[in-house]
Formats: sequence, C-alpha cells, structure tokens
Amino acid sequence: MIETYLKGFEAFSRNGGAAAPSWARSLRLSGITRFEELGFPSTRNEDWHFTSVAPIAERDFAPLTSATSGVSAAQLAPFTFGGEGWHTLVFVNGRYDAGLSSAAGLPDGVSVLPLARAYDELPLLLEQHVGRIASIDAHTFTALNTAFINDGAVVHVGKDIEVARPIHLLFVSDAKAVDGIAQPRNLIVLDRFAKATVIESYATVARGAGAYFTNTVTEATIGEGATLTHLKLQRESAQAYHVGTLDVQQGRDSHLVSFSFAIGAALSRTNVYTELRGEGCGATLNGLYLGDDRQHIDHQTRIEHIAPNCYSRELYKGILDGASHGVFNGKVYVHPAAQKTDGKQTNNTLLLSERAQIDTKPQLEIFADDVKCTHGATVGRLDETSLFYMKSRGINARTARELLTYAFAADVLETIELAEVREGLEAAVLKRYTES
Amino acid sequence: MSSSIETLVNREYQYGFVTDVDTDTIPPGLSEAVIRLISAKKQEPAWLLDWRLKAYRRWLTMKEPHWANVTYPPIDYQEQSYYSAPKSVTPLQSLDEVDPELLRTYEKLGIPLNEQKFLSGVAVDAIFDSVSVGTTMKAELAELGIIFCSLGEAVKEHPELVEKYLGSVVPHSDNFFAALNAAVFSDGSFVYVPKGVRCPMELSTYFRINAEGTGQFERTLIVADEGAYVSYLEGCTAPKRSTNQLHAAVVELVALKDATIKYSTVQNWYAGDKEGQGGIYNFVTKRGKCAGANSKISWTQVETGSAITWKYPSVILQGDNSTGEFYSVAVVNNRQQADTGTKMIHIGRNTKSNIVSKGISAGRGQNSYRGQVKVMPKAEGARNYTQCDSMLVGNECGAHTFPYIEVGNNSAQVEHEASTSKIGEDQIFYLKQRGLSAEQAVSMIVSGFCKEVFKELPMEFALEAQQLLGITLEGSVG
Repeated sequence: MIETYLKGFEAFSRNGGAAAPSWARSLRLSGITRFEELGFPSTRNEDWHFTSVAPIAERDFAPLTSATSGVSAAQLAPFTFGGEGWHTLVFVNGRYDAGLSSAAGLPDGVSVLPLARAYDELPLLLEQHVGRIASIDAHTFTALNTAFINDGAVVHVGKDIEVARPIHLLFVSDAKAVDGIAQPRNLIVLDRFAKATVIESYATVARGAGAYFTNTVTEATIGEGATLTHLKLQRESAQAYHVGTLDVQQGRDSHLVSFSFAIGAALSRTNVYTELRGEGCGATLNGLYLGDDRQHIDHQTRIEHIAPNCYSRELYKGILDGASHGVFNGKVYVHPAAQKTDGKQTNNTLLLSERAQIDTKPQLEIFADDVKCTHGATVGRLDETSLFYMKSRGINARTARELLTYAFAADVLETIELAEVREGLEAAVLKRYTES
Repeated sequence: MSSSIETLVNREYQYGFVTDVDTDTIPPGLSEAVIRLISAKKQEPAWLLDWRLKAYRRWLTMKEPHWANVTYPPIDYQEQSYYSAPKSVTPLQSLDEVDPELLRTYEKLGIPLNEQKFLSGVAVDAIFDSVSVGTTMKAELAELGIIFCSLGEAVKEHPELVEKYLGSVVPHSDNFFAALNAAVFSDGSFVYVPKGVRCPMELSTYFRINAEGTGQFERTLIVADEGAYVSYLEGCTAPKRSTNQLHAAVVELVALKDATIKYSTVQNWYAGDKEGQGGIYNFVTKRGKCAGANSKISWTQVETGSAITWKYPSVILQGDNSTGEFYSVAVVNNRQQADTGTKMIHIGRNTKSNIVSKGISAGRGQNSYRGQVKVMPKAEGARNYTQCDSMLVGNECGAHTFPYIEVGNNSAQVEHEASTSKIGEDQIFYLKQRGLSAEQAVSMIVSGFCKEVFKELPMEFALEAQQLLGITLEGSVG
C-alpha cells in the first residue's frame, strides 16, 4: 500500500533520517513526492506489461530499522565464492554490518565504505552524484528507494587506479527481514582510466522464513577510459520480492561489462540501464535467469547510444522450469547524433516444462542512419536433433538433456571474467540441472 | 542531390485530383440519429441497425488509444461527415448506368471498370467515398457460386451470410476505431467463396476518397468456405487536401477448413505535403481467422501512402495445422509516420506463422514495426519465424522495432531476427562503376531489399508496387 510508505516516510524523516545532510533530505522529499504521484505501476504501464507488482503493492512492508544482526560469518560462506582478500562490505537487512565487513588493503585513492561514513568522508562526491544518475521521473521503485536513502555502499576509485581484487557488496536478509523492506542505495564512481570489478550480491541466510522486499538502486558513473565490471547476483529466498536497478553513465572511451544472474525470489525485476555519453564507449550487458516453480523473473535493459562510434553487445539467456514466468525487455535506443553505432542484442530462452512461460520484447529505436543494429530472440525447448545425435553416440537421454541444458547456460556464464564467480556459478548451474 | 531526383521528389501526387460529382453528403457530426440516417439510407434490416447502435454506445465509453509511436493533433469526431455518396449511383442496375464522370475517375486512376478489365482477368469492386459504384465480372463469378459485391448489396441479398460472419473476427467492441467503424461503416466489399471452389481470378477493390471533410469507414468481409481459395487485392487513393481525413476501415477474413485466403494491399492514400500538411490518417483494423484445420491466411501489404499508418493485419490461428503469413513493405518519407506490424495468435496445434517485414525510412519519416507472436499454452508444436529489417535513408528519419513474443508452451519454436542498416556507400559505388546512376543504384538496392515481399504480390501489382516505391523514395538519396 502506498499509504504505508507515506506514513513510514514521516516517521523516517523525524528520527532515523534526520542526520543526513540537507541535499539528501531534499532528495528524499522529491523521491517520496514522485512515488506518491506515480504509485505502483499497473500492467497497463508498458514497462510493466508482463509483470504484475500486485504481490508487492498489496502487502505492507515495514522499513527495517534494527541495526543489530545475529548473522555469522559462516552463514555468509555460500555467497562469497571463497574469494581471498576481496574487499567486502556486508549489509544485513539493509544495514551495514561492520563486524562482517573487511575492506582492508585497498590501494590509496580508493574508497569502499558505507553511505553513513561517506556523508562525512566524501561529501562532495555524494552530493555530485547521488540522485543525479538514476532517474525517478518514470521509475516508481527508484523514487521509493530515493525517499528512503539511508544506507548502502559507496565505491570510489581515483584516476589511473586499477583495483586488483574484486569489491564485493553483499546484502543478506535473515529471519528478521520478514515483512520488512530493505532499500540499499549504492554509488560507484570510477575516475579517468580507473578499473574495478564490483559484485553486488543479494541473498537470504534464513531460507523459507517468509516474505520480505528488497528494493535496491545502484548508480554508477564511469569516467573517461575507465572500465567497470559489474556483477549482480540475485540469490534471494523463494519467498522474497526483489526490485533492483543499475543506472550507469559512461564517459568517453569507457567500458561497462555487466552481468546479471537471477535465480531467487518469488518475483524479481532487474533493471540495467546505461547511457553511452562519450565517443568510443562500449557496453556489454549479459545475463542468465533460471526459474522454477511459480517464480517470476523479469529483466529490463536499456542501452542509450547518445554519442557516435560506440558499440553495445547484449546476450541474455534464460532457462525456465515448473510454472515459472520469465520476462525480458531489452531496448537499444540510438539518438540522432550516435552515428556509427554498432549494436547487437540477443535473447534466448529455453522452456523446460509445459507450464513455463516467457514474454520477450527486444526493441530497437533508431534515429541515426549510419548504424548497424541487430537483435534476435529465440524461444524453444531442447533441440531434438542435438538430443538425437547425442543418443546416437551412446549418451542416454537423461544425460544428453542435462548436458545440453548446462551447455545452454554455460555459453553465457563463460563470459564472466572473474574466475571464482564464473566457476562458482557454473558449478551451481551444473548441480541444479543434473540429478546425480 | 541531383536535379533529376529533385524534380521527382517534388513531383505531384498523381492521384491528387478531385472529381466533381453531385454528392449526397450528410452534415458533419456523429450521434445516434446520424447512425439511424446512414442505416435508413442504406435500407438496412433492423438487426444491423441494432448492431451499429450497440457499437456506437460502446464507442462512447472508449478512449482513443495513444500507445502507437505516432503523433498527431486531436481528432474532432463531430467535425466530419460520416456519409457521402455520389448522387448518381442509386439505384444501381448495371455498369452502363454509372455516371460517366465516375467512370472517368477510375480510368484516370488506371482502374477501368469496363470490359477491358476482362482481359486482365481481375474483378473489381470500386468504392467511391461511402458507396460502391460498380462491381465487374459478377456474372462470371456467380456461375461458380462466388459472391463478390458491395457489403451493402450483400446485406440485402445474402443477409444470412453477413449476419453470421459480420463482427465474428473483429467484434464491434474490439477497439476504439473498430467500434467507430462498426457504428458508421458505409460500404466495403463482400466475398464468399463456396465449398471447394478455387476463385479463378484476382478479386480487387479500389477505394477512393473524394469528398472533403468526410471520413471513409469501409468494412470488408471475406469468407472462404471449406477447401476454397481466393486472392484479393485492395488499392486506395485520395485527392490532395490540406486537411487530414480519417480512414478507419475494418477487414475481416474467415478461412474455414482447408481454405486459403491471400489478401494483398497496395496502400497509396495521399500522404500530405513535404511539411506534413494534410494526408490521410489510416487507422485500420485487419484481422483474419483460420477457423478450420489446415487453413491459411496470408497478408501482403505495400504501404507507401498516408500521413499516418496504424495497422496490424493479424491472424488468429485457431484451426490445427493452420498457417498465417505476413509480408510487409512500409515506406515513409517526408513527415510520414507508420506504426505497423502484425499479430499471430497461435491457438491450434502445429500452427505456423511467418513474418517478413521491411521498413524503409527516408526524409523525416518515422517507421515502427510492432508485432506480437503469442503462443497459447495449448498450442502444441507452434512455429514462428519473424524477420524484420529496416533501412534508413538520410539522417533525420527513424526506424523502430517493437516485437512482443509471448510463449506459453515449451514445444513452440519461435525465432525473431531484426536488423537496421543504411545503404552502404560501397554498394552504391559498386553499382555506379558498373554504369548505373546513383538513383538507379538506390532503386535497385531497395527493390532487392523488398524482393521477398514483392514476390508474394500478384504479378501486375508487384510491378505497380515497385514503381510506387520508387516514386515515394526517389530524391531521398543523393
């Protein structure tokens, strides 16, 4: 209910949020105003045509305020890929947990810290970027998140610096999150010629505990010649609701390499938006979604080619089982000035069961003439001829099916450069689709 | 840009003349009284009037849709006249009685209604504003039991067929413009091909808007009974006027078991001038139903005219093993806007659909492909292949693709491919060094780009379409 959030906002402005600087308070106010105007989207809204947010809109999720957490380091192990020396910030139920985090060993000129501390240490950087990249005009959930900006991670990499080890932002929810909403707000700033890998993980440590809602927004700006690798891994429990938005602005000759892995939540929506604002940019947006039971997994991507001579590559794959419902909506928008744009977008979905369903909408909107843009989408089950071939080589039907299913997913997983994550996800997918 | 192209660009829309005939036009405005008046003028039975009124009341509750990727000023539905007929056509006994002025109009359009058409083997129904002025070859068709006449005539002579099928594919409440059409539709063609008959000639309707300040709301109904085959073509032109005119037509196709309907359109309504003044708003609902097993419906369209085109010829694949096809070439130049595509709804088992869409944008034209492929959960073994290619000519135009793919059955195999590109300098260079002029080179590349669609058109019209395309585009490249 909208009213719940409006009331929650009043309470929040009185106590919890009062400590923030004035620009943040006015930003929140614009967020709640816009949220009230927009309300929750109906399926008549073209951006939400295939996803009904009624399960989220009809519930009352209370803001999570408790800062104390009972989560142990051992409980986090399944979500950390065993990465040695990673710079990790852990958030429990949306609040920073200093005890579980370890961002030691960062090179000079690199900051990885929670929002509350960044208000003091990086006030200018925050004021310059927070709320300036992610648009609330048409995005209800971003507006809602903006209204409750209070915690999250801030990553700043100074110019010419390459951060060798991955930065892992791990957001976990435990049993205390039930019936609550966590709204992390993250900011990633890469200065000129910087390079970093940021992993955003969303996970549940108390599976089966009950419904909760994560509504997260990450803003990123990639400076001239810089490269950001961003991996979003959504592994929430089957009762969870998840809306996550990544909004990126790219400068000249910069690169974004994004991967979205979505396997959890009853209903999830992942938005990946990037604006190629300088010449010579590149954006690679890949993703894999795996659905089962009655899960609903929605991805929306938008690549805006604003400057000339940029390229974008997009490959999203999905495997849907049970009565799960997948949605893919990918838009490539080429502005009149973006000549010599080279865009390629592909969405392939494998339907494993008779009741699984996919709605896919790859879109091209092109206003420049000297461009090369293609998109393709396929939907189907496993290829009969491939199965037949494998059987003719002595592989039994079950193994053949499992192998082909795994190979379908591995095709996009192998684009992940970070070995720990790639291997970890490959192992998880292999386990999921093989019975032995 | 070479001067010869410049002249071509500025060439007059050659069908832009006005015919001076006495017309019986009812005053502008829309109300129940107007609908009763139209119905009375056409001497319609009570059930049809009821249906019109039902649609009108429904229409009053509906809002004009604005989701399409087109922009235009608001339409005042009270400002236009909903019925206009040349006075001389009533009552119509034979072609000899048709006003010679009207016949000359059609001769000028290249559609002679007289006997010479016999030689080219095409039967024509000519619709002038709100009424049919003549249908050729009726006797020859009647021998085979084929009914080809105006819808108004069919209502009088074959009411049982019309009542059974009218609104069965596009119900009166389908959408805003279809409801408006159901309320005020004037004339249109009616075709019925009986069981097992293969229609020996192309059937064709020629639509002409002449009067000013009127909309055209024709309604076409084609029924192919079991095992029948028919190929149908429509063409359209309108005079040049500085005001916009609304054309909200409905076409319904019904293909029963083993029947095939091939429907081709060459749409060349007046497109407005270079600055976008005037032109036809072409808001059309076209839908076919493959009602029986093994039936097939194929849409082919060449869209070169209209200020705004907004249409999605669709196929409901209800019968098992039925096939739907959509071949389209849409060209926009100057300020034209087109939002067109198709819907393929797979309901029966082993249904197949094939979509080939070619969009060409030039000048400041905006061209959108919007298509839906929907596979229902019970549609075992559905197969779809979609290819939509766009070509951009000039840097002020736009090409957009909005495919909706909704699959609810895992045995379905759905493929969608789209590409957007411009004519390569290297391609033009190659053709020029082989001795072709730049214009010839572009025209050759474009016709190659559209070949897959043109080959679906009946031969005479393929030629016409190719020429039309040339005229619409010439001058946009230089």
